[in-house]
Amino acid sequence: MKRREPLTNTQLLTTIAICIFVAMYAIAVIAPVQGFEKFQMFFDLLNDNAYLIIISCALSIVMIGGGINISVGGVISLTVMACSLFLNGTSLQNGFGIVAALFLALGIGLAFGVGQGFLISYLEIQPFIVTLAGMFLSRGLTTMLSVEPVKVSAQTHAVFYAFRGNKIEIPFLGYIAQNGNMIPAKLEIGAVVALAVVILSFLLLRYVKLGRNIYAIGGNQQSALMLGINVKRTRFLSYVISGLLSGLAGFVFLMHKPTGNASVAMRSEMDAIAASIIGGTLLTGGVGNVVGSFFGAMILATIQKIIGMSKLNDSWWQDMASGALLGFFILLQSVVLSERDKRRAKRNDSKLAVQRE
Amino acid sequence: MQNDAVLTMRGIDKQFPGTKALNKVDFTLRKGEIHALMGENGAGKSTLIKVLTGVHEKDGGSIWVEGVEGEAHIHSPQEAQNLGIATVYQEITLCPNLTVAENMFIGRTEGQMVHWKDFEKRTTEILNNLGIPARAKQELSSCSLAVQQMVAIARAVDMNCKVLILDEPTSSLDDKEVEMLFSLMRDLKSRGVGIIFVTHFLEQVYEVSDRITVLRNGELVGEYAIEDLPQVELVAKMMGKDLNDLADLEQIGEKRSAATEVVYEAEQISSSESKPFDFKIHKGEVNGFTGLLGSGRSESVRAIFGADRVTGGKVKMKGKDTKISKPHDAMKAGIGYLPEDRKRDGIIADLSVRENIILALQVMKGFFHPMTKAQMEAFADEYIKTLNIKTASQDTPVGSLSGGNQQKVILARWLLTHPDYLILDEPTRGIDVGTKLEIQKLVLKLATEENMSITFISSEIEEMLRTCSRLIVMRDRNIVGELTGDQLTQAQVMKTIAGGEQ
Ligand SMILES: Nc1ncnc2c1ncn2[C@@H]1O[C@H](COP(=O)(O)OP(=O)(O)OP(=O)(O)O)[C@@H](O)[C@H]1O
Ligand SMILES: [Mg+2]
Repeated sequence: MKRREPLTNTQLLTTIAICIFVAMYAIAVIAPVQGFEKFQMFFDLLNDNAYLIIISCALSIVMIGGGINISVGGVISLTVMACSLFLNGTSLQNGFGIVAALFLALGIGLAFGVGQGFLISYLEIQPFIVTLAGMFLSRGLTTMLSVEPVKVSAQTHAVFYAFRGNKIEIPFLGYIAQNGNMIPAKLEIGAVVALAVVILSFLLLRYVKLGRNIYAIGGNQQSALMLGINVKRTRFLSYVISGLLSGLAGFVFLMHKPTGNASVAMRSEMDAIAASIIGGTLLTGGVGNVVGSFFGAMILATIQKIIGMSKLNDSWWQDMASGALLGFFILLQSVVLSERDKRRAKRNDSKLAVQRE
Repeated sequence: MQNDAVLTMRGIDKQFPGTKALNKVDFTLRKGEIHALMGENGAGKSTLIKVLTGVHEKDGGSIWVEGVEGEAHIHSPQEAQNLGIATVYQEITLCPNLTVAENMFIGRTEGQMVHWKDFEKRTTEILNNLGIPARAKQELSSCSLAVQQMVAIARAVDMNCKVLILDEPTSSLDDKEVEMLFSLMRDLKSRGVGIIFVTHFLEQVYEVSDRITVLRNGELVGEYAIEDLPQVELVAKMMGKDLNDLADLEQIGEKRSAATEVVYEAEQISSSESKPFDFKIHKGEVNGFTGLLGSGRSESVRAIFGADRVTGGKVKMKGKDTKISKPHDAMKAGIGYLPEDRKRDGIIADLSVRENIILALQVMKGFFHPMTKAQMEAFADEYIKTLNIKTASQDTPVGSLSGGNQQKVILARWLLTHPDYLILDEPTRGIDVGTKLEIQKLVLKLATEENMSITFISSEIEEMLRTCSRLIVMRDRNIVGELTGDQLTQAQVMKTIAGGEQ
């Protein structure tokens, strides 16, 4: 008996997010919103939002496990600041300097992940409170390191400056400029890293036992325990991963905009939460998927870009649009899921009745 | 420690806030035996099991497991599994958001990777072998309660275990499924697995068990070979009563022939889940819907209460046309309903026993007519006594009560509202024998003394024969017969369900 299994809730919500993104992008191309006719626009969205995509994954992972992490933005700002200071001050004016900065970034992320994960999993303090403290702490540390913006320039660290300028050129997705020259589409290293993170996180959540255990503890913690899962360790590791990803996001941010500043990535944790939710991750845990979160982040980025291009260039327009979008998605999701439950319950009952005969 | 014992527990103590759940309990499980663990609701059966599997830390005592040098220290279900102890807990403990296949294998495989293909193939084999109507890739939340229970059992049975624990595994299974479980259990027994079996169905105990351990109030009453303990004595031991007292219990009161006044009358009522049917009930009458699980008996009463979307029909309450399209309408019209699936529709685990009992009455009165604290306490006290609810105090959160006592709290909630017409769907599921009789008595008392009309549904036909003066028989979502008076015999009911002559 071969039959296709109906989509799981996770798959259904992810599919919705992808469809909406495609529809939205298509409308922007057809409408036409300035810039969207070029393929480069899609790459620019990736380039500009690489860090957001990474922390959206970080958030999805903890949210699927039934938690939350609002310190990711703060960790980014701390990482960017620390790495800027390091690069400007180091005598390692070569490739090693970059590697050292990367390890610094990951180290900061790891430290936050381990600390917060320990408090949340082993001391059972609420994740919102712990990561709220983490957010204040990281922002505070950033300002403590320097009140003034710290810029990494070609003069202060030439090798890094050159490295971050590297772009992957894809000629056939380019366009012909007015002067007749072919301009290839350009993708930054950060964007490639972000895509890699999405793919790796997806594989982790789908094919590695740790990933499935995260779904299990988010679905029902008590049951997960009784099924023989080490709930504390699983939760702890989910925060460690999300901490590491925040550090990585900080480094990606630095490559995109090499300036440390206390207000870097302000409010980005909220964008990441919104992206996860739009992508089909439920705040209640157990449901979600990083592919969805990727498209969630892209949906947010696209709508803001469209508004930006449409001469409604006030930030409150963008905020209202993001808010409305989030509201719309939550409504859509709850309608779809509840309709589905109803239909399922019905089908189940009648099927059972037949079988029991 | 005996030679053939796979598991020995000695002097186990467990204290919960306000309750001594286990007091110096000894328990021995031998190789290749099915050992029934019996006791009233709240006697400590589930607690003993959870201490053994590391869900709760014990306060005192020792545990030995075959194959482990010295005392076994088990701190988590994971460790218990690793020692070869597989458990099906009383409340279903699977993850609703994972597929059936994952629920079968999560938490008990080697290596760091998930081999989906492998899991799904093996799960399909197991499901087919056991005849469980589910698919490997199906999300667990889309399975019925019975199927979920079977999946939990299949998971435990598939583990290569030396101890298998089944805590009330049969409460939502039908006869055929129970039979299948028993043959599985016998098979494992012949392979030397020791099985702990908890249930409130006495016939099931005598059908499969070799030995019985009885607990009462957290204390060990004794361990008996099944031949040495007839059913009445078992009941007496569980309740701590003399055999003579039991005779009184069996006298549950007179059934009364119905008065003529019709309380509730429905014409061609139907809902999204049930086919149209006619139904009426008289004042002071106790009737019942019977039929196999899935025959539509629960769906019919849900339609009466407006619990599913009502799609048609005319309803009269005491002769007056009434519109009932949602539960709130029904409650206002004087109908009460104890749902079958109490996990989903009933218990609010974080609220106290008192608040859970008061809830429905408060809704009926409206939130702008609050009751005084004293009133609430009096009501709660009354029903804690009548139903023999075992709780440390009124303020204890319901979530920390034993499974059977949680059921009693919800029953109390509806009895308290004193509706004109009360619908009870499986009110005695998971409830111990003594209290079962109490509930049957109470039903008859409410009907005769307070003229309440009651619809009673139960999987145990005897229970219905004892309480109902009219039985409506359903098959395949249709009413196929109505039995009264002399027709109320087990044989006649079975015949009608099976579809013989009427
Ligand atoms: N988590 C808990 N916190 C506090 N008290 C508890 C907890 N779990 C159980 N109890 C108490 O311990 C006692 C024994 O409960 P237990 O669940 O072992 O009973 P049981 O024999 O399994 O009953 P049932 O047949 O109703 O399932 C009860 O009085 C119950 O209220
Ligand atoms: Mg129990």
